[in-house]
Amino acid sequence: MEKGKLLIKDKEVVVPGEVLAQGMSYLPSQGTYRKGNDVIASKLGLARVEGNVVKIIPVSGRYLPKKGDVIIAKVTDINIAGWTVDTNSAYRAMLSMKDATSDFIRRGSDLTRYFDIDDYMVTKIFNVTSQNLVDLTMKGPGLKKLEGGRIMTVSPSKVPRIIGKQGSMVSMIKQATSCNIIVGQNGVVFVKGINPEDEILTVKTIKKIEEESHVAGLTDKIKEFLDKKSKKR
Amino acid sequence: MAYKKRLDGRKFDELRPITAEVGVIPNAIGSAYFKIGKTGAYAAVYGPRDLYPRFLKNPKRGVLRCNYNMMPFSGAGDRVRPGTSRRSKEISLVTNQALLPVVNLDDFPNSVVDVFVELNETDAGSRCAGICAASMALADAGIEMKDLVGAISIGIVDGQVVLDLDYQEEAYKDGHVADVPMAYIPSMDKISLLQCDGRIKKDDLLKGLEMGKKAAKQLIEIQKKALKAKFEVPK
Amino acid sequence: MNKGKRDHVIHYLNNNIRYDGRKKEEYREISVETGVIRTAEGSARVKFGETEVIAGVKFEVGKPYPDSPDAGTMMVNAELIPMSSPDFESGPPGIVAIELARVVDRGIRESGAIDFKKLCIKHGELVWTIIVDIVPVNAFGNLFDVASLAVMSAIKNAKFPELDGEKIDYKKLTKNSIPMEEEPISVTVLKIGDHLIVDPIPDEEKVLDARLTVATLKDETIVAMQKGGELSLSTEDIKSMIEISIKKAKEIRKFLK
Repeated sequence: MEKGKLLIKDKEVVVPGEVLAQGMSYLPSQGTYRKGNDVIASKLGLARVEGNVVKIIPVSGRYLPKKGDVIIAKVTDINIAGWTVDTNSAYRAMLSMKDATSDFIRRGSDLTRYFDIDDYMVTKIFNVTSQNLVDLTMKGPGLKKLEGGRIMTVSPSKVPRIIGKQGSMVSMIKQATSCNIIVGQNGVVFVKGINPEDEILTVKTIKKIEEESHVAGLTDKIKEFLDKKSKKR
Repeated sequence: MAYKKRLDGRKFDELRPITAEVGVIPNAIGSAYFKIGKTGAYAAVYGPRDLYPRFLKNPKRGVLRCNYNMMPFSGAGDRVRPGTSRRSKEISLVTNQALLPVVNLDDFPNSVVDVFVELNETDAGSRCAGICAASMALADAGIEMKDLVGAISIGIVDGQVVLDLDYQEEAYKDGHVADVPMAYIPSMDKISLLQCDGRIKKDDLLKGLEMGKKAAKQLIEIQKKALKAKFEVPK
Repeated sequence: MNKGKRDHVIHYLNNNIRYDGRKKEEYREISVETGVIRTAEGSARVKFGETEVIAGVKFEVGKPYPDSPDAGTMMVNAELIPMSSPDFESGPPGIVAIELARVVDRGIRESGAIDFKKLCIKHGELVWTIIVDIVPVNAFGNLFDVASLAVMSAIKNAKFPELDGEKIDYKKLTKNSIPMEEEPISVTVLKIGDHLIVDPIPDEEKVLDARLTVATLKDETIVAMQKGGELSLSTEDIKSMIEISIKKAKEIRKFLK
């Protein structure tokens, strides 16, 4: 096979329709497609080249529910068999009685005792059908109803940056603000601190990461930001 | 052929001055503003999101739903009565068709991607400005797209084939005028919007289409630049 | 109403801080640009933080109302376009848009800001009509105050178009402005629990108990009011809210060019 030609650099910003590589030796991965000999971008984002695989890390886009994801969701309705839940996506989810708790729930009992409308929860997606209908479970480590605190939303594509390598970024924020922070894969974030100023600093820091996620040396910038803001108080 | 010099002094194949900006509406998932001459269009994308009424849902893929509207103060003369009109409904339809060939919503069955195009000032070429804004907004929203879309009007004014007619030219009284809005997808070499309003000979039309395709590529370079500008390192 | 959210907002206010870190009587960053829409005879773009509203003035001529043959007319209209918020739907103005338009209108009309007799062209036959349209570009809280300032700025910015008999030539603008006798400024105060705040963001608007919009003149005369929200107010509350409104109007007034 003749050697192909790479037209972009690793981590370069690309737009849909932009030709990234020429030649069959380059393989199109997520966010790209092949047209004839070319590998072309189909999303706005950062191009990543790993060996001869070309993919795009998108910087925006709504959440698409995925099996196994741990998300933060909100109860929107209660029916006979369980709860209807908002997942911050185009698709509502169902939490059925049997998956909600290890307790035995008697038929006809008041389900609001467990989850009421507008309650937030950390929950896990255990099934997504071909039509994107979602089933949730509360059985598992770390899955629970959320009390107090505040909720913010970020673009789901920024979640990895906010969490950081092995949780390094979010741990750094937790240390600086003493807040409990839970980042859902669906871009919904739970923040709970001892006082409002801590929560506000956490929210501002996460927003800053979201806006500057493409900037090199972000970890240092955020550390500097946290140091400066903490000193002010 | 009496139209030897354009009313605003431009060359026959010259575009009006253009500005393009992305991310102008924080509430939206993706957004953009596109201004060409004195015609300016916002576009905001919401979705993929749940779709009502239910009968519109497509179990195979998401639905693209474009809506074109003129702000009441955006008309070149009289105030534009708020609300939909037959004209705005038709433009919404052709806008949708202009963008559909590049958009891939296979991952989002039963959902809708709403694109709202709002004109805040017009001086002809509003539907094309709207399509350019929508193309940027969809990319900004992270929607999967084969390519961006460039839309522009071509036409004829008193025997002379021209690019990007402004209001004065559309309303030209001293000779025949044809206004031909078009949208072009370079990677597919296909035209996704084509309308014609007025008298034009086939050869002139074909000449105009080539002019339009070239201009559409320029418009896409401008869209590309605006999308990438979002990633400039903040000071 | 989300009780958990409301409790949390009140928890913040008890600590004298807002959800976005502001103080209770602190406004977001305000900017006013005029003459932004070439196709309008007058226009303004106003931003309070992320809330952005455009107001445009269009002139029309027509017959006066039979009961006021020597007076021009004004109409204020608001379109809460779905482009500006995921909470707005397509369709004719709902009650939120209608209340917004009428409250903004009242603040200007009742103040006597515009002497409508000066808009008369020919007694009983031809008068000017001023139509102001309010369009949010991004709706992120406090539409009442942002829209009011935008409308006032647009009216001040407006110039009459040339009139040829009964036909308006929109391409030619005269140098004549709409004669303004007064300049009312509108400030909305929200009550959440025991706290009074100005310039709310959506998280705060969703948990409000009551709101009071007050339009005042330079000399602190009240010209219009609107109470909203399901909770009723004591006279003490109303007194406090009016006082805050008058105090804040002084700050906002500086932005009126």
